[in-house]
Amino acid sequence: MKRLLKGGRVVDPANRIDGIHDVLIDGDRIARVGRDLPVDGATVVEIPDGLIVCPGFIDMHVHLREPGQEHKETVATGTASAVAGGFTAVACMPNTTPVNDGANVTAYILARAAEANLARVYPIGAVSRGSKGELLADIADLKKAGCVAITDDGHPVSTALLLRRALEYAGMFGMVVIEHCEDQTLKGDGVAHEGFHASSLGLRGIPGAAEALHVERGALMSELTGSAFHVAHMSARSSLRSARKAKEAGIRLTCEVCPHHFTLTDALLGAPIPYDTNTKMNPPLREEADRDAMLAGIADGTVDAIATDHAPHHYDEKKVEFDRAPFGIVGLETAVSLSLDRLIHTGLIRLPRLVELLSVNPARILGVAGGSLSEGAPADVTIIAPDLEVRIDASRLRSKSKNTPFDGWELRGGVAATLVGGRTLFRNEGVRLNSL
Amino acid sequence: MSVVMDAERISRTLTRIAHEIVERNKGVEDLALVGIRTRGVHIARRLARTLREITGHDIPTGSLDITLYRDDLMRHAVGPQPLVRRTEIPFSIDDKKILLVDDVLYTGRTTRAALDALIDFGRPKAIQLIVLVDRGHRELPIKADYVGKNLPTALEASVQVRLQETDGQDEVLLQGGAE
Amino acid sequence: MSAQVTQVDETPAVTALRRKDLLGIADLSPQEISLILDTAEAMKEVGSRPIKKVPALRGKTVINLFYEASTRTRTSFEIAEKRLSADTLNIAVASSSVTKGETLADTAANLEAMNPDMIVLRHSSSGACHFLSRVCKSAIINAGDGMHEHPTQALLDAFTIRERKGQLAGLKVAIIGDLLHSRVLRSNIYLLTKMGANVWVCGPPTLIPTEVARFGVHPTSDVDAAVRDADVVMLLRIQLERMEGAYFPSLREYFNVFGMTEARLKGAKPDVMIMHPGPMNRGVEIASEVADGPYSVILDQVANGVAVRMAVLYLLAGGAEHEEAA
Repeated sequence: MKRLLKGGRVVDPANRIDGIHDVLIDGDRIARVGRDLPVDGATVVEIPDGLIVCPGFIDMHVHLREPGQEHKETVATGTASAVAGGFTAVACMPNTTPVNDGANVTAYILARAAEANLARVYPIGAVSRGSKGELLADIADLKKAGCVAITDDGHPVSTALLLRRALEYAGMFGMVVIEHCEDQTLKGDGVAHEGFHASSLGLRGIPGAAEALHVERGALMSELTGSAFHVAHMSARSSLRSARKAKEAGIRLTCEVCPHHFTLTDALLGAPIPYDTNTKMNPPLREEADRDAMLAGIADGTVDAIATDHAPHHYDEKKVEFDRAPFGIVGLETAVSLSLDRLIHTGLIRLPRLVELLSVNPARILGVAGGSLSEGAPADVTIIAPDLEVRIDASRLRSKSKNTPFDGWELRGGVAATLVGGRTLFRNEGVRLNSL
Repeated sequence: MSVVMDAERISRTLTRIAHEIVERNKGVEDLALVGIRTRGVHIARRLARTLREITGHDIPTGSLDITLYRDDLMRHAVGPQPLVRRTEIPFSIDDKKILLVDDVLYTGRTTRAALDALIDFGRPKAIQLIVLVDRGHRELPIKADYVGKNLPTALEASVQVRLQETDGQDEVLLQGGAE
Repeated sequence: MSAQVTQVDETPAVTALRRKDLLGIADLSPQEISLILDTAEAMKEVGSRPIKKVPALRGKTVINLFYEASTRTRTSFEIAEKRLSADTLNIAVASSSVTKGETLADTAANLEAMNPDMIVLRHSSSGACHFLSRVCKSAIINAGDGMHEHPTQALLDAFTIRERKGQLAGLKVAIIGDLLHSRVLRSNIYLLTKMGANVWVCGPPTLIPTEVARFGVHPTSDVDAAVRDADVVMLLRIQLERMEGAYFPSLREYFNVFGMTEARLKGAKPDVMIMHPGPMNRGVEIASEVADGPYSVILDQVANGVAVRMAVLYLLAGGAEHEEAA
């Protein structure tokens, strides 16, 4: 079956395309992208003015919680959330129960993903067995089973030596090591960014330096080993400085930033809802200068990817005292709107750069398919509506969990439709898109 | 609004009450004055001065804030609490004859609260009630021992006692007409 | 009749606390603080009567829900409640059982089912009172939440200072000790700066909260500079069990550098007041000669605590005047 997406603006930076093009989809593949393609028996889908056809977005940092924490999220609900948020693929973190530190867990996740048959799922394996930071996990097995990267996310790799070994070993398979950068001694039992607001609210602080220290460590180990190192959920301005310096030195370091770290600050801890546990995440919401640095890093190219760190938690778990609540918020269904509203409509970056951040670079860093609308590529397509008026309604999220600080936010820009392997898995009721 | 007592009349009335106090108690021994905040306190102080002029004796004088004894305190589900002021009774009331002073006697509920409050300070030999105006409409079995002026009023009327100390001049005003 | 004596009642600018809860000093206006302190003066007189009890809160149920052991604060609240004739109930929850047992939200829901009017909460988590106020209809009074606030302590401190010095504005108040972990510090900073005092905070740099200067106080680690010409020196407790070796080398060294001694106190104003929220570590943050000396008002603080808490209970018992009801 062929479908022709006709007359839309196509933004495909990998192929240097930004203009009115047609996209011909043949089965689960992109057949052709070009101007005024012949219909040739394909079903024609007219793309209305104002919609943008992009290569499918890839969220390289989500927690699908399965196996073991299905009360928070499952592979099925998480990938439903992904396609509703415009993501055609997600990379899922290994801190499940049990930890994804072996082929059996990886295979289980992939089987669940195949059952759900929604967004593509790329499992990320653990660096160490049980993510305990002692012995390396069976990385070759993980790779063979389908893992695309390794990390001990939730914590940094325990020691510089283990990180070095992980980089060396994973490098052999061309896998990137993704690091949750945070010095655990400086973190202590911190629950919020160390700054004025934490001082005022009596919350134990986590300084930005705790993150930057491990960005530096990772850069040095990457330089030492020549392997690729990726900074997860970067939040501090000092981290950005370290990342920029490492890149200038030619070190194979990449980094991602979460939407909440380029939109929110720690002022949200105290108002409008004091001690709202949906403002508690790790890394924490930092101060304005950090938020502005993340925006600057996005604008100047230092930041490689936008990832959500989608971290669903059951409402019971969040309905507790602030310091007892788990870290994290859901992000899959708010990321695109936040990015359009705060990055595009502010004039900070243009759409091709956004597509790099959401699609091209995540694919490149993880070494997975996607990231372009090249002929023969999987027909993973995200169609966005940059001018759609969106009101975030937590209760209507597809995710099993509703822990978002963005409930009630009104944003400009949203997702019109999500196609995975040529199949339309999400179509926004608010957008006129006939016969898709 | 009509003036039912002017400064001159109030002054003469208080002097008359002072004489009645002396007469009724056969002197001022064991007497003490306690004014109910706010205007009762000022009336009590004036009576103390007059009693000293008449008898040459100082009568111990205190002030009582009855807010914490009001029976309507917790009757409203919402609404701010009335302001509490200091109670100052710098003497023992045990075995004293207490002259309780208020400006207006109306439902009797303020007097009831004041009696309860006073009893918490000790065991007086007796309590006598002095009011500048009795406007009727009692809701409790309470009667004043000394009344400056009996003023029959309509229920919806309002009686205002204004004193030099709090209001800049002495007068009693009636709004809404007499019965 | 002479009428020269014109006595005007000192009526504060506001006559009501238009709020449901007392969660912290941060939310209070200077006028509300004055109202509480003025009301506390009337309440203090009640405590001096032969019968130390008034019927103001008759029929009201107050639950003292304490997740941390605190003899002083709990007793003070309980006496305050009893003096106002409230029915009081003490629930002490051992913090060890919290992790395994019922959540605070569930405990609160169960208590609410019994329809109390007020809940006095002491909890080890900052923000626990804010959390409870969102899930409860009852008035919530913060009796200390984590490292956040301890509003009634700051109010009783202010009451004690005002009693001696007449006012708070213009006074130099030095607060010395473990600033980082102290809820008493935060409440006092809010209160004293709102009321116009000149506040210095002093401790080792390891125990000074980040960006504390933004609260409008002078941070220093020079204890002599903090004490110089101070009207009030307030000492904060050093929590022995978690301090030594982590935030400073030893208690001995802490005492040598920061401990309040008679010699150090010589730099203060001649009528300086020494305050401590208790419990004291003699020979650590305060020398015994100072604690027991003529400048110490530490026991006055305890006595005034009851009056201040009576004022807070009384003023909150009226409830917030809701917009729609007004």
